[in-house]
Formats: sequence, C-alpha cells, structure tokens
Amino acid sequence: MAGKWLPAAELTGSGRPVLHQGEVECSLLSSVDLECEDNPSSSFPLLKSGLLIVTTHRVLWIPPEGTTAHAIPLAAVSHVFTSSSSSKIKKKSIKTMFSSPRVRFQVSVTSEGRVDERGTGSMVMTLVLRGKNSDSDSLLGKLLEAWRGRAWESGGGSGSGKFDGGSSSGGLRMPVVGVAGILRKEQEMWESTDKSLQDAFQDLNALMSKAKEMVMLAEKMRLKLLSGSNNQGSVANDEDEMGSKEEMQDWLLSVGIASPVTKESAGALYHQQLSRQLADFVKIPLERSGGMINLIDVYCVFNRARGTELISPEDLLQACSLWKNVDVPVMLRLFDSGVMVIQNKSYNDEQVLSRIKSLALKPEALRSGISASDAAIMLGIAPAMAKEHLLTAESKGLLCRDVSPDGFRFYVNLFQDINLDDMYLVKDHSAYGAWRWRERERERASICEQSTKRLQPGVNVHTSLLMYYGNHAELPIFFPALETKC
Amino acid sequence: MQKLGDFKLPNFFNYPPYFTLQPVKDTREKQIQLWKELILDYCRTQKIFIVEPENFPLFTNSGIERSLSHEAREVFLSALVSEGRAEWMDKGHRKCLVLWHRIQDWADLVLRFVKDNGLEDSVMTVEEIRSGIESRGTELYGIDRTVLMRALKLLEHKGKLAIFKGTSADDEGVKFSI
Repeated sequence: MAGKWLPAAELTGSGRPVLHQGEVECSLLSSVDLECEDNPSSSFPLLKSGLLIVTTHRVLWIPPEGTTAHAIPLAAVSHVFTSSSSSKIKKKSIKTMFSSPRVRFQVSVTSEGRVDERGTGSMVMTLVLRGKNSDSDSLLGKLLEAWRGRAWESGGGSGSGKFDGGSSSGGLRMPVVGVAGILRKEQEMWESTDKSLQDAFQDLNALMSKAKEMVMLAEKMRLKLLSGSNNQGSVANDEDEMGSKEEMQDWLLSVGIASPVTKESAGALYHQQLSRQLADFVKIPLERSGGMINLIDVYCVFNRARGTELISPEDLLQACSLWKNVDVPVMLRLFDSGVMVIQNKSYNDEQVLSRIKSLALKPEALRSGISASDAAIMLGIAPAMAKEHLLTAESKGLLCRDVSPDGFRFYVNLFQDINLDDMYLVKDHSAYGAWRWRERERERASICEQSTKRLQPGVNVHTSLLMYYGNHAELPIFFPALETKC
Repeated sequence: MQKLGDFKLPNFFNYPPYFTLQPVKDTREKQIQLWKELILDYCRTQKIFIVEPENFPLFTNSGIERSLSHEAREVFLSALVSEGRAEWMDKGHRKCLVLWHRIQDWADLVLRFVKDNGLEDSVMTVEEIRSGIESRGTELYGIDRTVLMRALKLLEHKGKLAIFKGTSADDEGVKFSI
C-alpha cells in the first residue's frame, strides 16, 4: 500500500487531479516511475509508468489505470539534486548512459517512513523517465522552479488547502482596532486591488502572471456578493436586483479555470489532458442547458474560463474527439446537418421528441405550426439546436414541414391519419381530428369577423354560417361555441 | 366544407404541409398517394382531361396562401404517369393528359354505350359519340378526342369496329360490328 508512504491525491471524474486553491500545473510527463532509493528492499510499492504532474504545490503521480493518485507536497521536499550532480552520475559508466534519465530529490519523512513536511527523517525519491523523448533537464528545471517558488507558503491569506490547516490568516497582521483600523483596512484593500489591476494591464506578460490573482479576485467578489445577498435578504426583495446579482455571480464563476492545461506544461499529453479538463468543465454548462450544448458555445465559455491561455477550435475538436477513448460522462455528437454538439452520455432523444410532440399538439401549434425559434423558447435551448431536434422529429415521422413565404415551420404529421379510401373521413380522436377542430375554429372566426363587418346589427350570424356550411349535419355542435365566440 | 367550383375539397386541403413536398420517405409516399387520388377525383368530377401543371387550380389554396412548387407539381403528376393514369403530352412537361379511366375502361364504356342504345351495327361519327344526343348524360359526353380515338383504336384492334375516313376532312366515322 503506497498510501502508507505517500498522501493520496483526489481525482475528478475524468481522471484529472483536483487542484488546491491557487495551485497551478507546471509540467506533465507520462511513463514515469516513482522509486524510493533508500530502502529498495522495504515495502515501498512499485509505482510504474504513471503520469507525473508537477504543480506549484505538489508532485502528483497518477497510475495508468487512473483510480487513486499519490502526491508529494513540495513543502516536504528538503533538497533537489541539481543537474550537475545527476550528470555526474550519468558519466560514471557506459551502463548508466543507456539507462533512463532520472531526477532525484530528498523528502522529509516521519519516523514511520511516511512522507510529511514535519517529518524528522529523510528519504531520497527518484523519478525514472521511461518515455522516449522525456527531457530530464526540463523536468528538473520545472521542479526546481516550483520548489523554489514556495507557492504553498504565499497563500495570500486565502489558505492553500491542507498544508497550513487554514491557520495562516491573521498571523502577522497589524491588529485592526476601531474605526481608524477599519478605514485603514479598507484603504489597504483598495490600494492593493488598484495596484493589482494596474499591474495586470501594464503589459501582456504581466497580465499572464496576474491571471491567477484575477481569478482569486473574482472569487472574492463572488463570495462578497453571496454574503451581501444573505445579509440583506429582507431588504433586497427586488427581483431584478437579485437576478442581476446571480448573473454577476455566474459571470465571475465562469472566469474560473485556475490551472488551464497548456501546450507548454503538458507537452505531448496536451490534447489528452485538455480533453479531461474539458470533460470536467462542461458539466455545469451542460446541466444548465438541459444536457446538450452547441460546440461553438462551449468554445466561447471554455476560452473565457481559461482567461489568457486560449485554445484554437482545432484543439477543442481534437479534445472532444478523444472522449471516445476515455471513460468520461460526456460525448461529441454530429448531427446530419453538420452541427456539432456536446451532450451527456445519458442524454435521451426520446424525451425531447415526446416534448416536441406535445408542443406540436398545442392549439396554437396545430393552427399555425412551430418554428425553430418557437421550439427554442419552449425547450429553453439555442435555436440552431432546436432546429436539429425538429429535423430529427421530422425524420422520425412525428412532424412534417411547411415551407412558404412566411418561413419554415413544422406541423404535427397528419399524413398517417388520413384514410386513402375515404379522403373525407376524419376520426375525431386522432391528431387529424384535433387539427380539423382548430381549423374549423379559424374558419368560424373569420366568418364571424366578416359577418359583423358586413351584416347590419341584429342580423343573426347563424344565418350566414348556415349559408356557408349548407345544411350540414355537423353544424349543430358549433352552436354552443358560437354563442361565446361572437 | 371548402369548395373549388362545385368540387368538395377534403379537410387536409387546408393543412399547410400538404403543399410542401415532404422530404421524409414514408411521409412523402403518403403525400403523393393523397395528391394522386385528389387529382383523379377532381378531374373526374370536373371532366378535365388535360392538366397544365403551372396553371391548375387544384395546386393552389388561396385560403391558406399556399401553392405547390414547380418541383412538387411535376412529382405528383409524374407519379400518376408512372402508374399509367396520366401521360405527358410534350417533352417539356407543360401538358399532361389525365386518364381517370384507363383506355381499356373507356373502351368498355363505349361498348356499353353502343349496347344500351342498340347501335350494334350502325355507323356513327366520332363527333357524334362525343357530343351527340345519345351520349348526353353518359360519361362519354364531352370526352377528350385523343382519349376517345385511343379507346376506339383499341376496339378496332379487337375487331369490334372499323374506323374510316368520313367525307369531311376533320371527322372520322365508326362502323360498329359487335
């Protein structure tokens, strides 16, 4: 059991690590073994050819099956053996030249041998790079950079997850006393916010380095909004205000990806990791849009969340097409028309079709059909997608189309209800019967209108109806409805 | 009930999709069937033999402001042609001869007409069959000349009558021998 030696790391549903607040991935490498040099004979497990991720806070190792991951907090690393020392080892013999490149570092361990930053003992860990083109120098550089960055210490008061146990805030601060204290605190906050905004927009490089802080700022504003709405719950009854607050929160939330997968950090694993990150990301937008979302919309939302690390449409498409090979709950779907959407694997066409059918049987739809935008409003989805659904329903024989100068509309399919042997027969308890009923209503309405226009007051509308219908057997059933209509 | 002249239209004539050629196979087949039946019914009751696709009242419903497209008109009439219930009269498909009775049925009607009137061994002109006193009130009254000639030729082929040139250039005589 590796858990005895190394802390476990959480994984998302698609096998991406769950990062702590403020944690950013620096480098990804596949086919890496994790070995313990000091006690090879002991019970330290064989951790073979997993995915290695160096973040600003930890070194993560995810096994190929991707079930449980292990983490070495960088805080526990006491020394990293630099390239000069590792190249010395390389030069020792010809044998080592052919062996896989290694990166070695020393970690603190507790007396039981568990890796821990407060541990008193020490142990040397070795990363063995089995991949073909793995560059040990670049990995070492990234590791050193992350380790020397000591990001886990500068949590900015927001805390860095489990490492400081949430006790860091308020340690070294000047005590805040009285009104002056509050004012000073306010002033400080304004200044620091102002400064970070100014710095951020100085140039693009600075913006990139400030991206993380921007995300945190957004998060802070969101929390503030949340608490604000709770405090003033009784006062702020204004629904508009609440609505705009919620919207604002949504906007701030969508800034959200603190550690976007980039070509720089992930290298060859770029598309695979991007695909996993995307799968995690689309969950919320998918839920909001009812289980299916346009690829173009995802592109916009995803890139907005990534901030400065924009991806190209090709990258997005490639990331989506990789889902086939990975166990994720979402999939890419291509409609006949060429429109591409992302949908939940559990998404069910039948459900949408039955909703569309009930829409098409509504009185208004029976009379004048439904357009893509009508369906979009009623189903709460984008018009382009509503049209795809309508076309699917048409191909299944539920609907049929009406193309006229008024536009492209869909009606419930009555063709199958019409009897070929008796074209004049209408069964009352069919869609055809329901449609005919609406049709008659329309006719009656137009006759009533004409009659009231043309006839003198006092002349019975029924007379003109009789003139129109002749002595038709169906006429009497119209009378009750007529009294109310005209 | 909506009417076109004195022709009673079925309810679905006001159903807008009826006037749009449906792309889905099953639906389109049913739509074509319905149009074929309606065209034959209409022509039969209105005694219409020649249909000009671009100028046929049945193909437009002003009540719901719908009209068949050129393609749809062609599809529905061609469906009748392929069943032997109609024939294109020119290559450009500008005129279509609708046979709501097949030629064989028309020939049978002629035979019955001859028997009913006791004309088994008489001589008549083609024009007399089309518009004479005897044919008044029968289906033969006002029959298209092309259709009648085709029916008569079929009967001639079977030896039931002989067609000969009359004295005037534009009329032909028929000698029945049933």
